[in-house]
Amino acid sequence: MSSDGSSDNIERYSFDVVVIGAGGSGLRAAIEARARGKKTAIISKSLFGKAHTVMAEGGAAAAMGNANPRDNWQVHFRDTMRGGKFLNNPRMAELHAKEAPDRVWELEAWGALFDRTAEGKISQRNFGGHEYPRLAHVGDRTGLEMIRTLQQRVVALQQQDAASLGDPDAMIRVFAETTITRLVKDSSGRIAGAFGYIRDTGRFVVFEAPAVVLATGGIGRTFKVTSNSWEYSGDGHALALLAGASLLNMEFVQFHPTGMIWPPSVRGILVTESVRGDGGVLRNSEGKRFMFDYVPDVFRDQYAETEEEADRWYTDPDNNRRPPELLPRDEVARSINSEIKAGRSSPHGGVFLDVSSRLPAEEIMRRLPSMHHQFKELADVDITAEPMEIGPTCHYVMGGVEVDPDTGASSVPGLFAAGEVSGGMHGSNRLGGNSLSDLLVFGKRAGDGAADYVDSVSASRPAADEAELTDALAEAIAPLSRTDGENPYTVHAELQQTMNDLVGLIRRAPEVKQALTELEKFKERAAHVAVAGGRAYNPGWHYALDLRNMLLVAECVALAALEREESRGGHTRDDFPAMSPEWRKVNLVLSLSGEKLELRRKPLPPIRPDLLALFERSELKKYMTDEELADLPASEPAGPASESASESESGSASESESKEKGH
Amino acid sequence: MGYKAKFRVWRGDAGTGALQDYEVEVNEGEVVLDVLHRLQATQANDLALRWNCKAGKCGSCSMEINGRPRLGCMTRMSVFSPSETLTITPMRTFPVIRDLVTDVSFNYEKARQIPSFTPDASVKPGEFRMMQQDVNRSQEFRKCIECYLCQNTCHVIRDHAENEAAFAGPRFLMRVAELEMHPADTADRRDIAQEDFGLGYCNITKCCTEVCPEHIKITDNALIPMKERVAGRKYDPLVWLGSKISRRPKSEGTPVAVRPAAKDAT
Ligand SMILES: Cc1cc2nc3c(=O)[nH]c(=O)nc-3n(C[C@H](O)[C@H](O)[C@H](O)COP(=O)(O)OP(=O)(O)OC[C@H]3O[C@@H](n4cnc5c(N)ncnc54)[C@H](O)[C@@H]3O)c2cc1C
Ligand code: SF4
Ligand code: SF4
Ligand code: FES
Repeated sequence: MSSDGSSDNIERYSFDVVVIGAGGSGLRAAIEARARGKKTAIISKSLFGKAHTVMAEGGAAAAMGNANPRDNWQVHFRDTMRGGKFLNNPRMAELHAKEAPDRVWELEAWGALFDRTAEGKISQRNFGGHEYPRLAHVGDRTGLEMIRTLQQRVVALQQQDAASLGDPDAMIRVFAETTITRLVKDSSGRIAGAFGYIRDTGRFVVFEAPAVVLATGGIGRTFKVTSNSWEYSGDGHALALLAGASLLNMEFVQFHPTGMIWPPSVRGILVTESVRGDGGVLRNSEGKRFMFDYVPDVFRDQYAETEEEADRWYTDPDNNRRPPELLPRDEVARSINSEIKAGRSSPHGGVFLDVSSRLPAEEIMRRLPSMHHQFKELADVDITAEPMEIGPTCHYVMGGVEVDPDTGASSVPGLFAAGEVSGGMHGSNRLGGNSLSDLLVFGKRAGDGAADYVDSVSASRPAADEAELTDALAEAIAPLSRTDGENPYTVHAELQQTMNDLVGLIRRAPEVKQALTELEKFKERAAHVAVAGGRAYNPGWHYALDLRNMLLVAECVALAALEREESRGGHTRDDFPAMSPEWRKVNLVLSLSGEKLELRRKPLPPIRPDLLALFERSELKKYMTDEELADLPASEPAGPASESASESESGSASESESKEKGH
Repeated sequence: MGYKAKFRVWRGDAGTGALQDYEVEVNEGEVVLDVLHRLQATQANDLALRWNCKAGKCGSCSMEINGRPRLGCMTRMSVFSPSETLTITPMRTFPVIRDLVTDVSFNYEKARQIPSFTPDASVKPGEFRMMQQDVNRSQEFRKCIECYLCQNTCHVIRDHAENEAAFAGPRFLMRVAELEMHPADTADRRDIAQEDFGLGYCNITKCCTEVCPEHIKITDNALIPMKERVAGRKYDPLVWLGSKISRRPKSEGTPVAVRPAAKDAT
């Protein structure tokens, strides 16, 4: 096979909607587009059914009220906004909370088998930041259940199409192990398709389509210690930028508090939050449950102050406050970091997470089977008998493509995004379980949005600009034609180390600036990497092409992290440790101008009055500026939603006395 | 405690290939996949292998290690002695694409032939009521990560490509059993299990169960109970005798089977 650079050698397909990504959001989007009668392609870098969603453990958050009938969308909305420190796109948080139950039930109608309550409903478990048990789950392999169900739903639709149209691929076709490297547009700047290569042969391919849905997941591979797989090189983020769309809030990167730390080869692998939801506690080297020392003021009223109260909560949540181990992830990760820094770490430099002294062995085996398996096989630790050693790991990116909440549309006509690659929904910090539900809610909406858009352009379908295709092809071939460049693996490993060290969990201006300088050098090196071998299934080549995306994303994270001079959620500045109400009003938006990234400040969309009314004024005071508070309606909230609000926060009367955090 | 391990890795493509010798550094706590990654990063940049999660959850990194079908990410180096040479080869049952990567499209084709979940159409989403004890069995089968190690191991198709058309393999016979035992599924899949997916070929050797990284009791909990259900259905002695003799009953008259034209998965 020659590396022929002419665009005649490109395989061509034509679809109405091309979905890039076969995780939860991509599959849900594709199912919707197909339901709307659109000819749809699903493209994924790995095999069908292996996307990152498969790794999700804990569950999908949806206020079905099966475990506690007091749960409803308003409570879920409130929890989501609190978790995101009020920087969430409020419309997205609203749609998510309202629609998640229907999306989960729909999975059940497609064959999913969730764990059950005693009445035979879907069981729901506790998770950090969720007021009631809310996560629909299957043991600790919920993501697997979700992806398999969606995969099997796609198959079911293909069977219907085989029966009625004679071809299973007639309306929805899967292109596995195919990587998109560029989006292509028409002469007027509308999306016209996507260009990439097929991994096993190295053949180039273009999918011509008026609508493209990005569902490519996250960016974790940019960091050294991460729970994410090789797929998470930020491709969708980079593709969006390169196509002219903008990214939102890239400084917010979630470091999950509990990743494995020992042995070194498993460092970063996730330990599910369900361990804490089901009773697991965090201890330092002195055996102390240190989280009681780290409850921030904004959450003071919702979390227990003593071990006794915290322990009572598991059986009597209505009359006790939650254990502080279940604070939102950013809080727990920072607390662990402080304990380690203060010299109270476990032997391998983390802290202890213990469930063995909290639940009987058989209960642990039933509720956390894959955690038991993972520790046994990979670390020789029996979690039913001894504590685990854990530490923070890069897990999720809250930032992503700036989209219209209702349709998932980006600013580029025909380009949509859903799932982890999109931004706004989770604000500065995502609550556990809110991603799987996000994938379903916004996957469906993006599929719908794309279908509507296709209808609107049916009279003038965009045609791919041939010059763009030629450029895309030249770019993809380049690393193979260099002979004396550097090894892409080395560049990648050093990039990961740099990001981990300089733009990690705790950030400081001089370090972030240094990272930006380093990134310039990495760009130079990446432009000259060379790979041996041909185009057929050549991981060296794939790595070389992924570098462009990782570098672009890394620069976005660093630029936004330097700009935001406050600490909030997944962005902690050592030099600006407080949360600032002024900064809460600001979204940081990044876009490409030529080769250069541009950063803009943009006001956060306002929270609608009826949504604001779901919160007590005393709580809003902790997040908002005096001017914003002055604009609030003076009356106390009314209606059924606020009833449950005041019920569940019986401590809120004393909130006004708790100290405000300064700027 | 680092040491240099001797690895013999199969390199090649559909046409030709050979085992190639390497020496690679190994550190404490590492799994075979870590060592292959180091090999890839330092000595063989173009070594083709699949992986995603590195935690035994995605079923991508299936390979044969010293002839044993295993997940590379769940096989610790500490189970081998430092002096041992590890031979790493691709799954044998599937055609090689390159190095350790095989063409597993057979499995996707079989998956597409099994009639899908068929709930009672009058039950609305949100109204399903199922008891934990009734979903336990199918949940066990749904732990499957589709690593295809069982498919690779089963002697009915290992080295017997001629049986592939008539036999879906343990993973997909288990899928039929999963739907058969799903409390909300209404279809009867007993005939097609036998006639379209080749349940009769299985002679319950349990080799599939032995290699399953999820420790699913494929043979005991899915295949044997399925055979019992089929036998119950087929108790008409004549039918029973017929299927005994011909071993491969004709697939005529099985109206519920879904037979989409099998296409190459790209
Ligand atoms: C270990 C772990 C546990 C988690 N547990 C939970 C949990 O319990 N609850 C929860 O809510 N969330 C959890 N999360 C987060 C959640 O799993 C992810 O955020 C979510 O699955 C992302 O789904 P997605 O649809 O956006 O993309 P993914 O499932 O990541 O899929 C991305 C898809 O895009 C494809 N792709 C990427 N780039 C390209 C390209 N260039 N060309 C073609 N295809 C491409 C990939 O191949 C893949 O198919 C967890 C995450 C991890 C890592
Ligand atoms: S038990 Fe049946 S399916 Fe499993 S390996 Fe033996 S013959 Fe194959
Ligand atoms: S049943 Fe077990 S061995 Fe077979 S594909 Fe599933 S997980 Fe792999
Ligand atoms: S890499 Fe996922 S199972 Fe091995």
